[in-house]
Amino acid sequence: MTEVLNMQNISKSYYMGEEELEVLRKVNLQVNSGEFLSLLGPSGSGKSTMMNIIGCLDIPSSGKYLLSGNDIEDLDETELAFIRNKEIGFVFQSFQLLPRLSALQNVELPLIYAGLSSTERKERSLKMLDRVGLVDKTKNLPTQLSGGQQQRVAIARALVTEPTILLADEPTGALDQKTGAQVMELFEELNHDGRTIIMITHDIGIARHAKRVVNILDGQLSEQGVQ
Amino acid sequence: MLFESIKMSYENIVRNKLRSFLTMLGIVIGVASIIALITIVQGATNSISDQVTELGANKITVNVMGTPLKQGLNQEDMLNISEEENIKGVSPTISGKTGIIYEGKLMENVTVQGKNEVYFNMDTSLLKTGRSINILDLNSKNQVAIIGSDIIHELYFGVDPIGKDLVINGTSYTVVGTLNASSGFSMGSNNESVIIPYTTAMRSLGVKNISSLDVFLEDTSLADDTVTDLKGVLNPAFNYKENAYTIFNMGDMIESFESMMSMMSLLLAGIAAISLVVGGIGIMNMMLVSITERTMEIGLRKALGATPKRIQLQFVIESIFLSLVGGLIGLVLGGLIAYTAAAFIGIGFSLSIATILLAVGFSGLVGIVFGYMPARKASQLNPIDALRSL
Repeated sequence: MTEVLNMQNISKSYYMGEEELEVLRKVNLQVNSGEFLSLLGPSGSGKSTMMNIIGCLDIPSSGKYLLSGNDIEDLDETELAFIRNKEIGFVFQSFQLLPRLSALQNVELPLIYAGLSSTERKERSLKMLDRVGLVDKTKNLPTQLSGGQQQRVAIARALVTEPTILLADEPTGALDQKTGAQVMELFEELNHDGRTIIMITHDIGIARHAKRVVNILDGQLSEQGVQ
Repeated sequence: MLFESIKMSYENIVRNKLRSFLTMLGIVIGVASIIALITIVQGATNSISDQVTELGANKITVNVMGTPLKQGLNQEDMLNISEEENIKGVSPTISGKTGIIYEGKLMENVTVQGKNEVYFNMDTSLLKTGRSINILDLNSKNQVAIIGSDIIHELYFGVDPIGKDLVINGTSYTVVGTLNASSGFSMGSNNESVIIPYTTAMRSLGVKNISSLDVFLEDTSLADDTVTDLKGVLNPAFNYKENAYTIFNMGDMIESFESMMSMMSLLLAGIAAISLVVGGIGIMNMMLVSITERTMEIGLRKALGATPKRIQLQFVIESIFLSLVGGLIGLVLGGLIAYTAAAFIGIGFSLSIATILLAVGFSGLVGIVFGYMPARKASQLNPIDALRSL
């Protein structure tokens, strides 16, 4: 099994005025390809910071982070953007779809930044919308879709670049229980197809869908064990 | 990639129609006033210099003050000058003021000009009826006169003046021709003049030397060379004394007039350009508002892999797009204003390519300059903060 993510002694501090706030304390995490991992913790535990660092939106204060073998320590903004585009598929709690773009156009967005031609973008996006079961909604605007459908569009957008890791932040947080469960079902299916998923949540019920649960509390990780 | 950015800019501008329009208005007004001012001034310049050219851009005038020994030009000097290159002909002017009488009616203070055949040959529109001065008149110092329209009106009202007599300075002349009434510049008007052969005029007015000579050119563009040639003839004639004569080149005057007018149009355009700057600030303001509104979008795009450069390009293109569209509307509007004004004042209308390029280039530049700062700000947004702002 290939290692896709390796964090060694990752720390992250913020400065609140004079005061130093240590959000992550010497975190070690290793994720192999094909894993479905959930990062479980209450708010303020540092899980958002973990997500930002895993997603290369932020860089650690100290420690070593290898993503698909790339050391992200010395990368500049532009290089980080390329890494995000190629390696990470983001799924957010509130979907973050652009309201004026159709479902298809939303899914196409990351492919624009990957530099694909419009025909290739359309082809891949349609395929991905089909995969999440929304092939008949391609022209709909986000407002014309239900919450569950919107999250499916967001998942299609996250997966359309074939990223190394699907990184989901409270993916069911804005959904009712039933649609939330459907989204989790989709995650399980995707994982079954070999997709590596890291899901950040505070909900133990949701976290249980993952094969591996890692607790985060006060900036430190503790493994719950593989289910 | 560029196409995608342009498409996104277009969509965003169309989405906020009213706001985009109001933002563009500053640029529209700026460009419209630049175009209108330059075009109107240009039209006026062209009209005036056309009129001046009619007076004789193909002409160099030599005025002679003379020296104590030689007070003016003589026949030999004239001949020497007319033998130089690029000269179509020379026409002397002997000028004086005197009273004229026809059938007991007196007209005082009339300009009597002595000319030769060249004067009429160079501008065939001068003569209205009858004949002009010929070589025979000059050689024989014939007492013939060609009269201006005001003289006809005053002395020959209701009669055909051709063949009638006219007493000039006590001597009797025969009217052989009439001049067309000239409009336009008073300095060129012959309406109140009587023209007689210059040889006759020299005798009649008691003038021994020619003090003014019009030199007509074959090729106006060689005027400067001809001026040099003329000096080559005139300097020895006046024994190299300074200030013996002046050479007045009409082409030079037109040139300096035109450069003055183009300075003026630049000045006016410069003032109008200030409104473009104000328009640019409007665009910058709108871009900043737009970026604040779209913080989440920018954050998301960054998370999905948009590089800072890409975000910056997007917003700069949006700003250029706004100002260019504003510039084009301003171009049309300014053209219309200039066209209407030109028709109203009665001057020519011509919108030059240079003016169009200036306006379009300037508005594009405004877009770049005033879009740069907001775009840079957008590109530096931290995606985490941007995503959290929702």
